[in-house]
Amino acid sequence: MELNARLPSGPIEQRWDRCRFEMKLVAPANRRKYTILVVGTGLAGASASASLGELGYNVRTFCFQDSPRRAHSIAAQGGINAAKNYQNDGDSVFRLFYDTLKGGDFRARESNVYRLAQISLNIIDQCVAQGVPFAREYGGTLANRSFGGALVSRTFYARGQTGQQLLLGAYQAMMRQVAAGRVTLFPRTEMLDLIVVDGRARGIVTRNLVTGEITAHLGDAVVLASGGYGNVFYLATYAKGSNCTAIWRSYKRGAGFANPCFTQIHPTCIPVTGDYQSKLTLMSESLRNDGRIWVPKKPGDKRPPNEIPEEERDYYLERMYPSYGNLAPRDIASRAAKRVCDEGRGVGETGLGVYLDFSDAIRRLGRKVIEERYGNLFEMYQRITGEDPYTVPMRIYPATHYTMGGLWVDYHLMSTIPGLFVAGEANFSDHGANRLGASALMQGLADGYFIIPYTVGDYLAGTKLDKVSEDHPACREAIDNVRCITKRLLSIKGKRTVDSFHRELGRILWEYCGMSRNATGLKTALARIPELREEFWRNVNVLGTNEEFNQCLEKAGRVADFLELAELMCLDALERNESCGGHFREEYQTPDGEALRDDANYAHVAVWEYQGEGRRPLRHTEPLTFEYVLPTVRSYK
Amino acid sequence: MRIVLYIWRQPHRDAPGRMVRYEVAKVNPDMSFLEMLDVLNEELMNRGEDPVAFDHDCREGICGSCGFMINGVAHGPLPGTTVCQLHMRHFRDGDVLYLEPWRARAFPVIKDLVVDRSAFDRIIAAGGYISVNTGSAPDGNAILIPKEIAERAMDAAACIGCGACVAACPNASASLFVGAKIAHLGLLPQGQPERYRRALNMVAQMTQEGFGSCTNIGACEAVCPKNIKLEVIARMNRDFLVASWRARREARVEGFG
Ligand SMILES: Cc1cc2nc3c(=O)[nH]c(=O)nc-3n(C[C@H](O)[C@H](O)[C@H](O)COP(=O)(O)OP(=O)(O)OC[C@H]3O[C@@H](n4cnc5c(N)ncnc54)[C@H](O)[C@@H]3O)c2cc1C
Ligand code: FES
Repeated sequence: MELNARLPSGPIEQRWDRCRFEMKLVAPANRRKYTILVVGTGLAGASASASLGELGYNVRTFCFQDSPRRAHSIAAQGGINAAKNYQNDGDSVFRLFYDTLKGGDFRARESNVYRLAQISLNIIDQCVAQGVPFAREYGGTLANRSFGGALVSRTFYARGQTGQQLLLGAYQAMMRQVAAGRVTLFPRTEMLDLIVVDGRARGIVTRNLVTGEITAHLGDAVVLASGGYGNVFYLATYAKGSNCTAIWRSYKRGAGFANPCFTQIHPTCIPVTGDYQSKLTLMSESLRNDGRIWVPKKPGDKRPPNEIPEEERDYYLERMYPSYGNLAPRDIASRAAKRVCDEGRGVGETGLGVYLDFSDAIRRLGRKVIEERYGNLFEMYQRITGEDPYTVPMRIYPATHYTMGGLWVDYHLMSTIPGLFVAGEANFSDHGANRLGASALMQGLADGYFIIPYTVGDYLAGTKLDKVSEDHPACREAIDNVRCITKRLLSIKGKRTVDSFHRELGRILWEYCGMSRNATGLKTALARIPELREEFWRNVNVLGTNEEFNQCLEKAGRVADFLELAELMCLDALERNESCGGHFREEYQTPDGEALRDDANYAHVAVWEYQGEGRRPLRHTEPLTFEYVLPTVRSYK
Repeated sequence: MRIVLYIWRQPHRDAPGRMVRYEVAKVNPDMSFLEMLDVLNEELMNRGEDPVAFDHDCREGICGSCGFMINGVAHGPLPGTTVCQLHMRHFRDGDVLYLEPWRARAFPVIKDLVVDRSAFDRIIAAGGYISVNTGSAPDGNAILIPKEIAERAMDAAACIGCGACVAACPNASASLFVGAKIAHLGLLPQGQPERYRRALNMVAQMTQEGFGSCTNIGACEAVCPKNIKLEVIARMNRDFLVASWRARREARVEGFG
């Protein structure tokens, strides 16, 4: 597998400009002759579809929900970063670049991250012009808030519904192209395989989720914007339908998978309460602007929070990280929470929780201000837990939230399969080993609005593509493959439900490949996952037929893929003998428990190449070099 | 807690449906309504029976996927709450609940509690946007927007497109949904150039999809999980009237020309 990242050279500020200048262009009149397939309608997919449509390409866009507007991006709460420096607090493109690179623990490419910071400026402008109702000051200017891992205020937001508003902006722009006849939508349609002809991505195989019809869609390029794979843990903050199928099946067709073990555990989620629980709910990181995190100093202190006097509380983040305090980055805040709970100081019935307390802020700013800032989040908390966070501190605990790993892409966002582009959370590109808050929305829209439209054009202009028809052997083989998987799933008729396998897989991963990992645990997981997978293919119970609306079958296919991906995650975690960002290997830590990076041996991207069923995948590396920000110990003290 | 459910079962669009009785014996009050249905479905599957189909995704009350009638009320008894955010602590041991899909001519049933809401997407495609190509935007602070206006636009923009308003309306009107988008975009300076065209086109599409008209009953507002206010419908009607008047005038002018 060749990993040519196609990184431009020259001064970092000019690289993206230069790259764009050197790109080949498709003549406007020729664009409609090209068909581009976009899988996903989240921020990345919807913005890419809209922009490609505006340019005049013939776009076909797919999602599994009943409407493109329901993609998982809709649930993002807190905000989107941009280096506008509207607050005059010292922000700049370089600072956003620096914060993101450092926040990612120096495991991302400088060129990519710099471009992301540059483009952040255009994103806000574009969204405002589309009518995104961002929060404003009384003077009418855009408002900002702070997020973890930054000392400047650069996060733009629309109440606690930023993702919703940004997605509706992109969705509406895309629907305008639907009306113009340039984008054709395929909702309730799931991609189940990639069609590769002569080494190039030329199409996808889909299943119509209402009728079960299996279809091959052919085109000149494929853009995957199918989101992250955090639901591999079963309990996560993702929408229930989020899955890895599109990227996993593309991996099995030859796309390299980068850094699968880099997953993010978010520090502020509502703790688990029972076995029936189907998902975990995030409480936006923005709450850490005004909420203070604490646990009792004494282990096993079961008094209600209001009865624990000030001097018997441990505001551990403020104590351990005085300069960032409650705004320490996510990986660090999550591990600190785990540590105090492991010490027996956790709160709530299960002992797996810490307090997020607003009483100081309410005293200082008044209830009304807090209501204005976080009203809907407080409401959501109360709805779920039955407790009033205005009077009783919230209880929170870390949960799986984001995947930094994903399909490997070069600077053009093209995977190792020519013609297969990957955008948004589905790729691995910009966040290294840990993502900073409010940066995923930024990356999704940067990819979709401002990168994919150029790089796909460059690919099409520079490539001669023969016509492919549906009876091409590669096409028929992919359709057969999908039919075969479906048939197999339906014929097992075993005893266990799909969810029961998924839950068990989640427990294994959370235990051994979650917030902290060690070699022994990872080896245990590597033994248990194949066993579970073997049982799945022998004993899963998938009811009904293919030719109907069958949610059980949909889920089964997704869980089958998670059962394979989980193994690759553990393998990747085991091979990376260092701690960095969200990947914390217990063997590699400083005396005071901080992550110990090993730049001499692991300053690289790990890229896995599929070798066929039952065979160990190959691990390749793309070295990371740093010219502008030299890797240092990442200190937030 | 023990809950008795009568659920609408319909295998596919063209098949007849009927209410079927189920019982969930061990309901934990901290469960969400959908988690209770998950438990029911696990039991059904373990017995080899077809699980109940329902749409859901985020389970956080924001994607608008979920929704059905509980005892005749869209999204159930708790105001301002989608079924995925409705918890069982709001029900009592032994409660009998009737679950039915959204019923409207424009929302055909796909299976059980799942309906086809693609009409909403077509209404948005008819004009629910601001026409600005990627790359052609001025600086974000170039046009100042008073905070109150931004807040009011946000109130309307909070619509999640779930369809509860249509299900609750005796006329199956989509006016609250359409009005919310017209208000969101029409309140903002960026939305002015297309304001009247937008109203005309979206309302025309709504009618074409087979939604009924608004007779000011207000059932939609009562069930809206995002508390969208009836005033958005008044705004839609105003914009639509102005737009129709202008369209007639233009037609006349053209007629003479
Ligand atoms: C609760 C929550 C809050 C968050 N808050 C923030 C925040 O405040 N700021 C921030 O920056 N980030 C936040 N994030 C992260 C951010 O929301 C996501 O990373 C981002 O929205 C991902 O966008 P995407 O376009 O890559 O994918 P998604 O939005 O996940 O969209 C995936 C799309 O792919 C489609 N799809 C997937 N598989 C298939 C298939 N096989 N066939 C067909 N279609 C398929 C889906 O239908 C969907 O349309 C949050 C995440 C969560 C979970
Ligand atoms: S599942 Fe998303 S709103 Fe209920």
